[in-house]
Amino acid sequence: MLAPASWALADAFHVSHAEIYPLMHGSRRVAIVSGCRTPFARSGTAFRDVRAVDLARHVARELLYRSELDGHEVDEVIFGQVVPSPLVPNVGREVSLLPQFPPSVPAYSLNRACASGAQAIQNAADQIAVGHADVIIAGGTESLSDIPILHTRRMSQILMAASKAKSLGARLSAFSRVRPRDLVPVSPAIAEPSTGESMGQSAEKMAKENSIAREAQDRIALQSHQRAAAGTADGRLTSEIVPWFGGKQMDEPVTSDNGIRTDTSMEALSGLKPVFDRKYGTVTAGNSSPLTDGASAVLLMAEEKAHALGYTPLAFVRSYAVAAVDPGWQLLMGPALAVPLALRRAGLTFQDMGLVEIHEAFAAQVLSNVQAWSSPAWAERLGLDGVVGEVDWDRTNVMGGSIAIGHPFAATGARIVTTLVNEMQRRDVQFGLVSICAQGGMGYAMVLERI
Amino acid sequence: MAAFSTQLVDGVAVITFDLPGSPVNMISTSVATEFGAVLDEAERNPSVRAMVLISGKRDSFVAGADIEEFGRLTSQAEAEAMSRQAQAMMDRVEGLLKPIVAAIHGACLGGGYELALACDWRVATDHDKTQIGLPEVQLGVIPGAGGTQRLPRLIGVRAALDLILAGKSERASKALRLGMVDEVVPPPILRATAIHAAQRLADRGASERRPGGGIAGALLDRTPIGRRLVYSRARQTVLKKTGGHYPAPLAALDVVQAGLEHGMPSGLREEHRRFGELAVGDVSRKLVQIFFATTALKKDDGVEGEVPADLPPVRRLGVIGAGFMGAAIAGTAALNARVEVRLKDAELERVGKGIKAALKVLDDRLKRRRLSKPEHARLSQLVSGSADWSGFRRADLIIEAVFEDLDVKRAVLADVERESSGHTVFASNTSTIPIAEIAAEASRPEQVIGMHFFSPVEKMPLLEVIPHAGTSDESVVRAVRFGRRIGKTVIVVRDSPGFWVNRILLPYMNEAGVLLAEGVPVDLIDGVITRYGFPVGPVTLLDEVGLDVASKAGAVMHQHFGARLEPAPVLQRMLDDGRQGRKNGRGFYRYEKGEKKDVDETVYKAMGVQPLDDAAPTMVEQRLVYAMLNEAAMAAGEGVVRSARDGDVGAVFGIGFPPFRGGPLRQIDDLGAARVVEVLHGLVMAHGERFRPAAHLVEMAERGEAFY
Repeated sequence: MLAPASWALADAFHVSHAEIYPLMHGSRRVAIVSGCRTPFARSGTAFRDVRAVDLARHVARELLYRSELDGHEVDEVIFGQVVPSPLVPNVGREVSLLPQFPPSVPAYSLNRACASGAQAIQNAADQIAVGHADVIIAGGTESLSDIPILHTRRMSQILMAASKAKSLGARLSAFSRVRPRDLVPVSPAIAEPSTGESMGQSAEKMAKENSIAREAQDRIALQSHQRAAAGTADGRLTSEIVPWFGGKQMDEPVTSDNGIRTDTSMEALSGLKPVFDRKYGTVTAGNSSPLTDGASAVLLMAEEKAHALGYTPLAFVRSYAVAAVDPGWQLLMGPALAVPLALRRAGLTFQDMGLVEIHEAFAAQVLSNVQAWSSPAWAERLGLDGVVGEVDWDRTNVMGGSIAIGHPFAATGARIVTTLVNEMQRRDVQFGLVSICAQGGMGYAMVLERI
Repeated sequence: MAAFSTQLVDGVAVITFDLPGSPVNMISTSVATEFGAVLDEAERNPSVRAMVLISGKRDSFVAGADIEEFGRLTSQAEAEAMSRQAQAMMDRVEGLLKPIVAAIHGACLGGGYELALACDWRVATDHDKTQIGLPEVQLGVIPGAGGTQRLPRLIGVRAALDLILAGKSERASKALRLGMVDEVVPPPILRATAIHAAQRLADRGASERRPGGGIAGALLDRTPIGRRLVYSRARQTVLKKTGGHYPAPLAALDVVQAGLEHGMPSGLREEHRRFGELAVGDVSRKLVQIFFATTALKKDDGVEGEVPADLPPVRRLGVIGAGFMGAAIAGTAALNARVEVRLKDAELERVGKGIKAALKVLDDRLKRRRLSKPEHARLSQLVSGSADWSGFRRADLIIEAVFEDLDVKRAVLADVERESSGHTVFASNTSTIPIAEIAAEASRPEQVIGMHFFSPVEKMPLLEVIPHAGTSDESVVRAVRFGRRIGKTVIVVRDSPGFWVNRILLPYMNEAGVLLAEGVPVDLIDGVITRYGFPVGPVTLLDEVGLDVASKAGAVMHQHFGARLEPAPVLQRMLDDGRQGRKNGRGFYRYEKGEKKDVDETVYKAMGVQPLDDAAPTMVEQRLVYAMLNEAAMAAGEGVVRSARDGDVGAVFGIGFPPFRGGPLRQIDDLGAARVVEVLHGLVMAHGERFRPAAHLVEMAERGEAFY
C-alpha cells in the first residue's frame, strides 16, 4: 500500500545524500537579529476588516521601530502569502514601499504554502550568505477574512465579453446569457488541486493510516492551549506581539492571540464531533489549527553587519531542507523527510536539538510526523543508519503551537522562528529545530544555532 | 542681464522668461520694457507665425508683480501709473497680430495670471505646484493689469468674483473646470503642447469659446438684471466677511461691475484708478508689511550667531502624550514635513485614539482633495505609536505634549534622555511652565527647548520657539527649521511666563473678565472687539479655550506678575456653576450639538451680576485694546521678542490681531507712544493701577521713539 510513495521517498532522499552545508562552508554566517508578529486572530474576528497587506506593513514597520533600525539599512524585503489578493499581487513590494524605507528597496512575494514564511527567511539567508545583501526583512502575511471570492468560469467569460462590447446592444446580449447558477460565487477551498482532497480529509486519512488515536490528538491540542496560555500569561509569547489598534476609533488595542483557550480540557476536547468523517473520524475542530489572520516578520543580517550596527544576534541559520511526497499518499508527511535532511546538512542529530518547534496543522499530522521520526522502519526506508529521533515534549512546542495560537498560513514560519530564537536565549540552548508541513505534500525544516 | 530669451521652433517663437538673480519670475517696470521689445521683435520677424510664453524657472511660471517695487510706491499717482503701465503691457500682448500661448507650470499668480489672461490660449500642467489665481486682495489691492476685466469675460462674472474677491488660487484641474485655462497636460509635454496650440491658432485663428454655466450662467452672467443680483449678493458676502475693514474686495467688485456694464476701457480706467488708491492706502501698506515680515521670518533661523549649514534636518519625530495636542502635532508633522512620527502614551487605548486623531488631519485633506488617495495612504503610514519606547532611539526631535505639570514634564524629560540618543532635541509644548525649570535637572540641557503650538495645531499658523538660557543655537535652529517645515510661521521668544502670545493676551482677557464682572453684556464685549477687527471676541475665546484652562493660565501669570494681572473673580464663579465653555457645552454662549448659539442669558445670574444697558462701546474697546497694547510694549521692552516684527507677526498669527492694523506694536507706532501713554494714564485714573503704562512705553514717549 505504501509502495508508490516509498519509491518517491527513497528517490527524494537519495538526491540529498551529497554532504553539502551551504550555509557553513565558505559563505557568510546569517544572523537572526529580531522578530515580531501581529496578534493572531481567528478569521472573521479582530481583523475582519483588515487586509493582509495592512497586517504585513504594520508588522514590518513595527519590526523596524522595535529594532531601532533605519529603513535605509534594509537591502530587500521578502514576504510570503499563500492566498494573495488579486488587488495586491506582490504584497512584499507594498511593504517595502512604506515611507519608512527608501523607495529603492526591492521586494518580492513568494508562495511555498504553509512554509512560505520559512521560505522567505531561507531566501533571505541565502542572499546574505552569498553576499548579495547585508540586511533583509523576511516574513509572511495572511488574511483568511479577505480571500478573493471568484465568479464561475462561465460568468467570468460573460463579464469579459461585456467589458469588450462596443455597443449597448452587444453588452446587453452578453449579459442576457447570465443564468441564476452563474451568480453563485466560487470561493477557494483549502483542498489539494491534484487530489481534490481537503486538508482535513488528508489529516483524517493520516490518523487512520498511522493509527493515531483520538485521545492522543486531543492531548496534543490540550498541551498546545495550555502552553500557549502560559506563554501569554507570563509574557514570553506576548513580548513578540506588536499591538494592533482595532476598532473604528483605533482605541481597542489587540495585544494577544484570540484563539487560545485557557480553560479547555480533555473533557471539552473529547466532546467535539469529528468534522471530516462524522462516523469513524478522529479529527475535530479542537485538534486542528483554526483559520487565522496575522502577519509576522524576522530581521536577518550578515553576522559582521549585525555587529557593525550594534546588534547582538539571537541565533544563526545553520541548515535547512525542503522535501516533498506524493500528495496522494500522506499529504502532510513532508517533515518526516525534511527534518533528517536538514539535520544531516547541519551535521547534527535530533538529540542535539535543545528546542524543537513543530507546526501543528493537525494533531494527527504532528503525531504522524513524530511517529515516523522514531520509526526504525521509516529510517530504513530512508536508508538511514538509525531512527531520526525521539521527540521529547519538554523541549518541543514549549509555548504551544498552531492549534492554539492559530495558523495564518504564510505568517507561521516567522512566528515559529521568532519564538524559537527567543526561547533559545531564555533556556540557553545551542541548537533549535523548526519543522513545518505544507500543502502539496511538502515538508520544511531548518536548524538554528547560537554562537 | 536679459530676462527673456527666444528660440524659434517650427515657426513658433518660444519666449522663455527667466528673471536673473531671482528664484521666481516677477513682473516689474524693467521686465515690462524688455518684454515689449521681445514681442516687437517676434512680431517683426516674418518667420515667426505664433508665440509661446514659458518660464525658465523650476515650478514657477510668474509669481506676480514685484512686491518690493510695489511697496516702494509713494503716491497714488505713481501707483496709478504703475498699474497703467502693466495694463498697457497686457494690452500689447492681447493686441498682438500673431497668436500667443501661455505655457503654465508652477505658480501663476496675480500679474502672472493677468499676463496669461492676455494671451490667446492657456495650457497648464497638472502638477501640484501649479497654482493659478489672482490673490491681490490679500495684499489689500486689486488686480491692476486688466485681470478684473479679462477674467469675468473669460469665465463668467460669478466665477470671476468668487476668485477675485477672496484672492483665491486654484489647482490646474479646478482651473480647467472653471475655464481659467484651456488645456491641462503633464509637465513633460507642456512645451510641445503649447507649441502645437500656437501652430493651430496660427493656422485656424482663435477658436470661439462657448460661454459656460448652463441655464444659471445664461440668466445670471449674461443678463444685466442677473448680474445686478450677482453684484448685490457678492457685496453682502464681502461685507459679512471683512466687517468693512478691507476696502479691496469692494473696490474689485466696483471695477468688475464698471467694466461689464460700461465697457472694457472704462473698466480699465476704474481698475488703475482704484489700484492706485488702494496701493498707497493704509490697509494695503499694513498687509504688505506683514507679508514682508513673514517672508523675512522664513529665512530667519532665530539665532544671532553662525549656524552649521549642514545641520541635518529632522527625519523622525517622537511625540509623547497622544492627547488632543500631541495627536494634532503628529498629524500636522506627517502632513507637512512628511517625517516619520512615533506617538507614545502610557495606555495603548490612548495611543490608538491619538493615531486616529493624527490621521484625521490627513483624512480632512483627502476629503478636501488637497491630498490624492495614494499620497494620503503613504503619509498615513508615517504615523505609528506605542506604549513603550520603541522607535524613540532614532528620533531627531521629541516633542512632549503631556499634562501641564512641572514634575510630570521633568519625568518625561528624564525618560527621554535615557531612551533617546545624544543628538535628540527635546521640546516641551508647554504654555505656562518656564523651559528653564523643565530643563533644570536635564543631563543635556542644551538640547531642551520649548515649542509652543496653538490649537488647533493643523490650522493655527504660528509657532513660538522658546530657548532657555542654556539652549544651544543648534537646538534653536533645528526647532525653528522644523517648525517651518510643518508649515508654521515661527518666532523665537524669551523664556518668560506666557512667552509672547499668551503674555499679551492675558491682560486683555482679564480685562474682559473685569468688564463682565461690572455687568457689561457678553455680546457687547465680543461685538466691540470683532468690529475692531479681531476674528472673535475675548468672551468667545474664553469659551473656545476652556474656562478651566484660561483660569489655570491666569493663575500662573498672576503669581508671576502680581496684582497687575489679578484675574477677575467671574471665571471662578462660572467654573463653580459647572461651565467650562464649548468643551462641556456650557459657557457664556449656548451650544447645541456642538454648534455655538447666542449668549446664554442665565450666565449673568451665574456670575452674580446685573447686566448693564448703558455700557459705552468706545470705553469697552479702549480698555480691552489698551490692556493688550500696554502689555505688548512692556514685554517688547523686556526683550520677550527679538524684534517688533516678530511681536506683530506673533500677535496677528497667534491671536488674530487685526492684520490691517499691522499688529500691536505697529499700532502703538501709528498712535504714537505719547498718545498711548496719555490714554493709559486716563485709564489708570478711571479703572486702576493695572493700566499703569509700561516703563518702556513711557521712555519711548519721552524720547519720541517708535518700535519701527
